[in-house]
Amino acid sequence: MPAPALETTAVSKTYPDGTAALADVSLAVAAGETVALVGESGSGKTTLLRMFNRMAEPTSGTVRVEGLPVAEADPFALRRRIGYVPQDGGLLPHWRVQKNVELVPRLLGWDAMRRRERAREMLELVGLSAAVHAGRYPAELSGGQRQRVAFARALAADPPILLLDEPFGALDTLTRHELHRQFLDLRARLPKTMVLVTHDLGEAFRLADRIGVMRRGRLLQLGPAEELRERPADPYVRELLE
Amino acid sequence: MRPHPSFPSPIAHPSPGRGDATTQKTLLLRGRGFPLSRLGGVRWERGPGGEVRAVGLLLLLFLLPLPARAADRIVIGSKNFEESRLLAEMFAQLLEARTGLAVERRLGLAGTQVCFEALKTGSIDVYPEYTGTGLVSILNEKAAGDATATLRRVRAEFLSRWDLWWLAPLGFENSWEIAVPQELAEREKLRTISDLARISGRLRGGFGHEFVGREDGLLGLERTYGLRFASVQPLQQALQYQAAGDRRIDAMDAYTTDARLLRYHLVVLDDDKHFFPPYDAAPLVRGATLARHPEVGTVLGLLAGAFDEDRMRALNFRLQEKGESEAVVARDALRELGLINKVETAPEEARPASGLLATFWAERRAIGRRTLEHLTLSALALALGILVSIPLGLLLERTRRGAETVIRLLGLFQTVPSLALLAFFVPFLGIGIVPALAALWLYALFPMVRNTYTGVRDADPRAVEAATALGMTPGQVLRLVRLPLAAPVILAGIRTAAVITVGTATLAAFIGAGGLGEPIVTGLQLANTNLILSGAIPAAALALLVDGALGWVERALRPAGLEIRR
Repeated sequence: MPAPALETTAVSKTYPDGTAALADVSLAVAAGETVALVGESGSGKTTLLRMFNRMAEPTSGTVRVEGLPVAEADPFALRRRIGYVPQDGGLLPHWRVQKNVELVPRLLGWDAMRRRERAREMLELVGLSAAVHAGRYPAELSGGQRQRVAFARALAADPPILLLDEPFGALDTLTRHELHRQFLDLRARLPKTMVLVTHDLGEAFRLADRIGVMRRGRLLQLGPAEELRERPADPYVRELLE
Repeated sequence: MRPHPSFPSPIAHPSPGRGDATTQKTLLLRGRGFPLSRLGGVRWERGPGGEVRAVGLLLLLFLLPLPARAADRIVIGSKNFEESRLLAEMFAQLLEARTGLAVERRLGLAGTQVCFEALKTGSIDVYPEYTGTGLVSILNEKAAGDATATLRRVRAEFLSRWDLWWLAPLGFENSWEIAVPQELAEREKLRTISDLARISGRLRGGFGHEFVGREDGLLGLERTYGLRFASVQPLQQALQYQAAGDRRIDAMDAYTTDARLLRYHLVVLDDDKHFFPPYDAAPLVRGATLARHPEVGTVLGLLAGAFDEDRMRALNFRLQEKGESEAVVARDALRELGLINKVETAPEEARPASGLLATFWAERRAIGRRTLEHLTLSALALALGILVSIPLGLLLERTRRGAETVIRLLGLFQTVPSLALLAFFVPFLGIGIVPALAALWLYALFPMVRNTYTGVRDADPRAVEAATALGMTPGQVLRLVRLPLAAPVILAGIRTAAVITVGTATLAAFIGAGGLGEPIVTGLQLANTNLILSGAIPAAALALLVDGALGWVERALRPAGLEIRR
């Protein structure tokens, strides 16, 4: 059996003041799989997500990406191999859409021609028109368009892994549904390993292969939707699903 | 005329051995400043014609231009009142006429402290000083004895402590006096300061800034005579007379030889308790200068005993009341004494005080030169400030710890009055543009450090987070994200600093740094409004221009995406 694409082993994170952000979390995400992490604010789901690209470091335990402990990896090289989409897009406001999408290819030193081609391709992929949108600044786009650009940017260097931190959280319902549809479409076409942090259970059910329920820094249960529904491992999970 | 203690022939002093050592040291020091004027086409040099050329501003940024001084140049200083300027101008013209030395004038320095420190540090070679001031203000001793004893005392002390030489006194005394309006004196039958003390509780005093704070000024006077004024207002000297003339003040300090006593109908009161020491005027010269150029002593010695109080008052009258320039009055006085005979070309400073436009026209070349000086001084201070404050702001943002403390400390400098800050550097850096640069630089730091720090710290945190998560190194995040996003804030800080610098640079004239403050300072000392405006108007225009230009740069450099609001 091949090594999981993403894996944590007994990962804990405790802040100096004693609060535990994560407590003994072990999980494995297979290559090509989409796992959603759900839970209330402060449950530790974002912290867990940030462990994979070393935006957060565990106090104990091991985090592996493609079988290798991240603690031994160069954080910059690691991050450039992992796509990332935050809730608000996090686009650089002083860069045009084109340049924003080119960000990681630039860091990787691609030549200008290849970067431009790639950026246009990615914009079309996420349902934007390169001709119309590439020259715009983020402030000239709608919220939904900005999230699409953020996805294009995350995909530009063709990373095997995507980390999505509430990417649809700030959108209105209609836009969110539209983006969900496109997400599934993308997922079918691009075999990526994805971790999706969301507080929207419906979204998790719709988009993920498996769902991890987190509460107070613990991963209560990780499994497909039916398993969670039929065999909740914890009263909180049962309550959540009712 | 009162007999004066004779001064030992200046040629015989100082002793050869000592003189040689001093000479070598001085030459080494002097040698440092000069070659700068050759490097990179940069010149900051005030020649005898008073011309300043500043070429290659950019190169100036890297070469801190020490005031260029050739070894055979004599720098003459003066304090900021007419008589001191006149005497210094006479020294200058006499040396120009009778020696081959190049003479540089640094007239109107801000008071005794600045002049004396400038002399001690070698920024100037000679300035006119009064024995009483030397005794009380510089040596911090009590007034005791007559003119001869006072001169003997300051000579011995200045020589042994600082190798500074009091040459033979010029023959007149310009003591402090207390003056009151004639009408008041007659009504209240005031003849002496003791008489004044009787009724001082009903009177308003208006005294010079220096007089108010000095032990040999108001402080000691109040104690000696038991004076208690109802109010004491510190005033610029030129304004005191007007105030007394208009009866807005009832008593003021004045000088024996001041011609305005007559014009404003003021009478001086007898110092019946002999509080004020004798104030004999004499050239005060560096020993090193005399060793290098003994002829300086010989030539200035020609002025020994040349003036009495009446003649001096007459000369002061021409300056104060007729608005003639010190260059013209000094030339006439020297010719009258038979010390110079050649008629020189009309000096640039000859200013007929007619209308404002006439003043501007007459001063047009000087205004141009001063504007250039002003701009260069401000630009240098600002550039040096930018070089320090942006890296410092970034460093503080990086370490965070102590950042607020450092910024608050820098902010503290902003609360120091500009003139005090300028004067603060004189003991260490002498006079001229170096201490002015230091003070302006220090002033400029705060807005730039603060804005760099907060601008970078508060740069769009979501963009910074995303850029980091996608693999930018901290250096890339800084260069590609935080600095561009902070640019408008940083530039706003630079703009604030630039306007402060251009404004404050007018005060640099008080420590001999030139610029547009020069006519303001001179105008204040001569109560010449047109002259003041010939500095103040260009200075204000310059500040507006700089603000406008930087505002334009600010808009031009603002990252495009930040302008758009849907």
